[in-house]
Amino acid sequence: MILLELLLGFLEIGCFSFGGAYGAIPLIREVVLSYGWIEEEKLSYMIAVSESTPGPIMVNMATYIGSTKAGVPGALIATFAVILPAFLIVVLLTLLLKNLVKKPAVQSMMGPLKACVAGVILATGAYMILMNCVGSFVKASVDVAAILLAVALAAVYYGSRKILKKGMSPILLICLAGIAGVLIYGWQ
Amino acid sequence: MVDLFFTFLKIGLFTFGGGYAMIPLIENACVTKKEWITHEEMMEITVIAESTPGPIAINCATYVGLKKKGIRGAVAATLGVVLPSFLIILLISFFLDRFLEIKWVASAFKGIKIAVGILIIDAAVRMIVKMKKNVLPVIVLAVAFVAMMLINVFALRVSTIVLMLSAAFAGLSVYLIKRRKEKEVSK
Repeated sequence: MILLELLLGFLEIGCFSFGGAYGAIPLIREVVLSYGWIEEEKLSYMIAVSESTPGPIMVNMATYIGSTKAGVPGALIATFAVILPAFLIVVLLTLLLKNLVKKPAVQSMMGPLKACVAGVILATGAYMILMNCVGSFVKASVDVAAILLAVALAAVYYGSRKILKKGMSPILLICLAGIAGVLIYGWQ
Repeated sequence: MVDLFFTFLKIGLFTFGGGYAMIPLIENACVTKKEWITHEEMMEITVIAESTPGPIAINCATYVGLKKKGIRGAVAATLGVVLPSFLIILLISFFLDRFLEIKWVASAFKGIKIAVGILIIDAAVRMIVKMKKNVLPVIVLAVAFVAMMLINVFALRVSTIVLMLSAAFAGLSVYLIKRRKEKEVSK
């Protein structure tokens, strides 16, 4: 049963994840939480691990969730499911419907669709930070250290763009945040 | 075929940061070095990848493989790009849980969670910067943001798919209305 759930859940993600990996995060979060595959906490750890390991982030998340829920078969099925729609769509578009993407009617949908994805991602990121800093709507718990850390990390991340041409890499930001986490929350 | 597989294996193994980070590498390997596809084709696939769902790296690998060797090439390139991360993550998934029980690792991840939030916001900001600032997209952006915030805060059971389909529908409606008006004018 879990294998079928993984297949359906990740097919859904594969079919509706516009805008690359970060565009998929709100949908992955929604699907994963609604099936109760892993907790909210773990999900953000997993995003960090996916970002810090090579390969497409969406594939990394599918492999991880599949593997923790149902071992190697689960990993295979979830990864297969998340890839399949993208694979088929590109094959279809290239072989049969060469100019579909360029049609004005199709393009007219892309603008608002991308804007919607951007809004949804923004809200997801903002909500994740809010949850860590002031707790959820049901259970408020203000974490001053987390608020300061969020401000400091944002300042360093965006500040680095002013100094260096390309700015710092996301992996470096994750490492800095990890070190700060150990210093703030203790190591024993 | 074998060449396709190993080229994409290398791309899959050495790109951190997901699909967008892969595009320059794919361009370098497939356009400059191997001359499998032209620069124009590369631009075309970038547009297709952005307009279709799914991981961008998969879209690109499938397209290049298909152009070069048909369906079998597409399968070879796609498998190549996925395989390294699949194996690495599979390995990590076996011990991450036990790893998280160590106090300093758990503390580190508490900090990392915040960095992830910033990276997600940054991804959205970059999309907004690139966006055409017409009336409709800006309204859709604002509505989607507010709606998603409400969905999150009150744990509503509304799928983001509904939001995306509504946005696409709004775009199509505006386009059709405009076209009808133009036709009436030209009559």
